[in-house]
Amino acid sequence: MHSGLVRKAVLSFAILGLFSFQLQVARAQWAAPQAVSAFSIPPAQLIHVDELNGLLHARGADRPLILQVGSRMMFDQAHIPGSEYAGPGSQPDGTAQLRGRVASLPHSTFIVLYCGCCPWNRCPNVGPAYQLLREMGFTRVKVLYLANNFGADWVNKGLPVEGAR
Amino acid sequence: MKARGSVARHRAHALRTPGRVILVAMACVAMAAGASHGAWAQRHVLNRAAPDFTVTDLNGNPVHLASFRGKVVLLNFWAAWCAPCLVEMPVFDTWQRKYGTRGLQVIGISMDDDAGAARKTVARLGIRYPVAMGNVNLAARYGGVLGLPLTFLIDRNGVVRARFQGETAPAKIETRINELLARPAEPGAGSGRAAMVGQPGK
Repeated sequence: MHSGLVRKAVLSFAILGLFSFQLQVARAQWAAPQAVSAFSIPPAQLIHVDELNGLLHARGADRPLILQVGSRMMFDQAHIPGSEYAGPGSQPDGTAQLRGRVASLPHSTFIVLYCGCCPWNRCPNVGPAYQLLREMGFTRVKVLYLANNFGADWVNKGLPVEGAR
Repeated sequence: MKARGSVARHRAHALRTPGRVILVAMACVAMAAGASHGAWAQRHVLNRAAPDFTVTDLNGNPVHLASFRGKVVLLNFWAAWCAPCLVEMPVFDTWQRKYGTRGLQVIGISMDDDAGAARKTVARLGIRYPVAMGNVNLAARYGGVLGLPLTFLIDRNGVVRARFQGETAPAKIETRINELLARPAEPGAGSGRAAMVGQPGK
């Protein structure tokens, strides 16, 4: 009698556990993809402001294609001369825009991504954008390291910009 | 300065061929039409009269900054994709209820490209203070919004007294709010529209 109750309890716990596990698997499968942190970008793939500034007048293969992968409104205010807006890297529309922009380019193209919307540890855009380009096979991708934001780390340092003003 | 040097070098090259002269002339026209190289700098608005503006909030109501003269205004630029902004906003909402009767008015300006994202975020966070969509012109008048979050405190006389860029300890902002709430408005400060500089509008 007593052992029968124990057996039923154990069986119930096992079923509950299995159900819970299945639920977690389903949740993981269907949940929106987790934001890829900027910290996922290898340090060797970062480029610093002075280095990029020095490349703005480079020619040929040394001149990077510079893509802003953050906010359109910020891009319209001010952006790095010659850079293009490529959509927010954290949004599906943004990654589609970025994919479309680079689709026809040779995988050896020198590409620099930047955002600067937020402090580096909070930027939702550069990580996914970098990951996408790597997955597409691009081999010369760098990401501009902006510790605070584009205003503080580029504009206020007197580096060249294009924009609304 | 670097940009000027660059332009000078381009001009020297340009003198060599007529084709290049035309290219440089076209570039000069483009720059004069709006693009600026190197001259862009974030304007300082601290301790100056707050640039006035009128915007329409997400509920369709007009928000005219000058109409809040006599109050302390917390003006917060934010976006739905900005993680630290989403931490701050519920705190600001709490402060609106806590300090509203003493004269605090919080105004949110979304820098999202899409109003739908702003609406969803405001609803999800239960924000009750007025929130409106920002634009490039408004951002420029506040010195450029080139990093979020960005929060200004405007005193009862319409002068910008504090600027907080990036993640800021709420206690730091709250201390300044209390300081400003403790200061009385100068005579005439509550008269409304005569106060803040710049052309009203978006």
